Amino acid sequence: MFSYPTVRTSLIFLAIAVAGLLAADIAITASNPWRDLGNFFLGVVTPNFFSSEGLMTALLRTVAFAFVGVALGSVAGFMLSLVYRFLPVRIFCAFIRAIHELFWALIFLQFFGFHPLTGVLAIAIPYSGIFAKVYSEILEEADPEPGRLLPPGTGVIAAFLYTRIPDCWVQLRTYTAYRLECGLRSSAILGFVGLPTLGFYLESAFSQGLYSDAGAMLILFYVLIATMPLWVKPKLLPIYILGAPFFLGDGLPIVWGNVERFFTQDIIPSPIRQGEGLAGLTSWFGDLMVHQALPGIWNTVILTQIALVGTGILALLLFPLISNHFGGPIRRTSGHVFLVIARSTPEYILAYILLQLWGPSMLPAVVALALHNGGIIGHLIGRQTNNIKLRGDAVKGFSRYSWELVPRVYRSFLAFLFYRWEIIMRETAILGILGIYTLGFYVDSAIQNIQFDRAMMLILITALLNIGVDALGRYIRRKLALQTMPTC
Amino acid sequence: MALNLIRKFTLSGLLGAMAFSASAETFVFTAIPDEDETKLVERFRGVADYLSEELNVDVRYIPVKSYAAAVSAFRNNQVQLAWFGGLSGVQARRLVPGSEAIAQGVEDEAFQTYFIANTSTGIEPAEDLSELQDGLKDKTFTFGSKGSTSGRLMPEFYIRETFGEQPEDFFSRVGFSGNHTRTLRLVEAGTYEVGALNFQVWQKEVEDGNVDTDAVQVIWETPPYPDYQWTIRGDVNDRFGEGFKDRVKEALLSLDDKALLESFPRSGFIPASNDDYEPIRKTAEEIGILD
Repeated sequence: MFSYPTVRTSLIFLAIAVAGLLAADIAITASNPWRDLGNFFLGVVTPNFFSSEGLMTALLRTVAFAFVGVALGSVAGFMLSLVYRFLPVRIFCAFIRAIHELFWALIFLQFFGFHPLTGVLAIAIPYSGIFAKVYSEILEEADPEPGRLLPPGTGVIAAFLYTRIPDCWVQLRTYTAYRLECGLRSSAILGFVGLPTLGFYLESAFSQGLYSDAGAMLILFYVLIATMPLWVKPKLLPIYILGAPFFLGDGLPIVWGNVERFFTQDIIPSPIRQGEGLAGLTSWFGDLMVHQALPGIWNTVILTQIALVGTGILALLLFPLISNHFGGPIRRTSGHVFLVIARSTPEYILAYILLQLWGPSMLPAVVALALHNGGIIGHLIGRQTNNIKLRGDAVKGFSRYSWELVPRVYRSFLAFLFYRWEIIMRETAILGILGIYTLGFYVDSAIQNIQFDRAMMLILITALLNIGVDALGRYIRRKLALQTMPTC
Repeated sequence: MALNLIRKFTLSGLLGAMAFSASAETFVFTAIPDEDETKLVERFRGVADYLSEELNVDVRYIPVKSYAAAVSAFRNNQVQLAWFGGLSGVQARRLVPGSEAIAQGVEDEAFQTYFIANTSTGIEPAEDLSELQDGLKDKTFTFGSKGSTSGRLMPEFYIRETFGEQPEDFFSRVGFSGNHTRTLRLVEAGTYEVGALNFQVWQKEVEDGNVDTDAVQVIWETPPYPDYQWTIRGDVNDRFGEGFKDRVKEALLSLDDKALLESFPRSGFIPASNDDYEPIRKTAEEIGILD
């Protein structure tokens, strides 16, 4: 068994995570974490839907920001996907998607302030980078045969529209719908930095221990996502997209001078601004690296590796919940509900909740990341096992799990896991805003100290780290010859 | 039923859209989010109503999620007035030339930070922070917000000065609770063993009976320093008419609504000036929060 490259790779990653655990700060520091967790669940089962006058507005805004952001992102992403074969475009896209929505929001907040544009761009920019990559992958997979059958002299655009697009239309649509769901999650968490979406009220309710209010908000959010197939219909989409911009709210007017100031002064490293020359810049950069960037990178990497392996273990444990090969319909339905909740809750919100309940350490972040990502991967491979036909006399129970199913889905499981590696790292960095010492913590500190030059440099470093992990993940997937579907 | 729901949605959306809009003539202010949001919204809506009546302009309060967001909104001229802490005020006035501290609470001339500890630690109150060296060493400790004067700047200053170490090195774990109320709750619950908070928040919570004094107690009080103040932008007269700044100042100084003052809690507002906050600026520079 150990001679298989997939097994060896898995064991290497497991070993790294175990070593990481020794170095990591894992603890429950709350003196009575289970009582708090109990109070929280009590809140969820006794939701108070009438707590805040702004709740319905917040929900509407959450949807509006998601629609406008994702629509803009998909259009821009589609344009970019057409020229994706050019290296500069690929680098540009990798860069904009390596920066998390919340970081984009924090940047735009500094000069657009509380204007709807801040939230819309925070979603649209990273999403267009993601769309460009995935759309181009889908278009590349399209069958070239219909194109060859066209009469000579057919225009490029006509050929593209009539041969390529029809072949991958379903995939494009499915993926865009999936991103819309992601967009709703992104939109919700933007509230945590002050935009008028759900996260705004969720944060207030939670930090004051109003668990029934928070429970109501979470339930509304799940219902919103679970009922998407009912209210997101192709025919209604144009109405939503045209209507959504009117429900973003007005916010506060943009003062354009602030934009210029941000780019020409704020983000210029302070030694350059103050004319301290190269020596000043070197010591500024050195200080930044030693006291902020390096500790941040170290913690981000450790937490990512632990969360990655946690995600893997949880996905393998959870997929039987929705697999036809085990249990009856009741268990499968409740399994479905559990997995939908796990993957619908943004990691950021899960981590926030657990941090409030267990106190600060890396543990809440690991559990949050593993639950969310494990829920997604568990769901995907659980569905895959439903296509596997076993012999009528195949073994049952644990033997069926360990000898029949896991070996059959293991390769695609690994593919999904490595695909999500970069996503997990992006989230890990951002969780620093909640007080875990990853890169996001130092970015947030710099912003709190109004040192945007430092903040931008740290965001840049975070982006480079993500791009590196993304490249490494792709290398490993290629090396192990793992196939992925882009819809993950 | 479905239609009804849609109608409700649309209506609340429209109402929300109106509530969130602000014309150029609206005088907008904000405040640092140093306490539970419900309290802040209640308090500052009262202030908005009061100012609106006194000044004869639309006045609106917008809540923000961080101290830096308050400073940025002020700097970006999206708000023209703000209730800042000592440090955030200094930051804001450095970034907006011409802006002025116009009023502070009576209590803000001699503000204090209280160090509080969970009673399970067995730490006894002391006159001098240095007496607590052994008791505090390697405990878990929480500040308030990263940008707070009473919740971060002053306690960090005294920790460094007294123990000669960075807080991260002196304590076994250092956190930022977010605001003073949360610091109190976290230390009371034992999530952190020790914390530092705004003395006014402590006193008010104790008076209101919201503190389990068997679980948490004050162990040290800092020397007094200047803190909260109302800061206004220098260009408000251009926008709202000659003498507007003086009228705002006058309105704040003559605020005598008991309930409103009680919600701050302050016994009244007195004049302030930028120079009052020099000690805060020096301290912030000393520990590297200000360049």
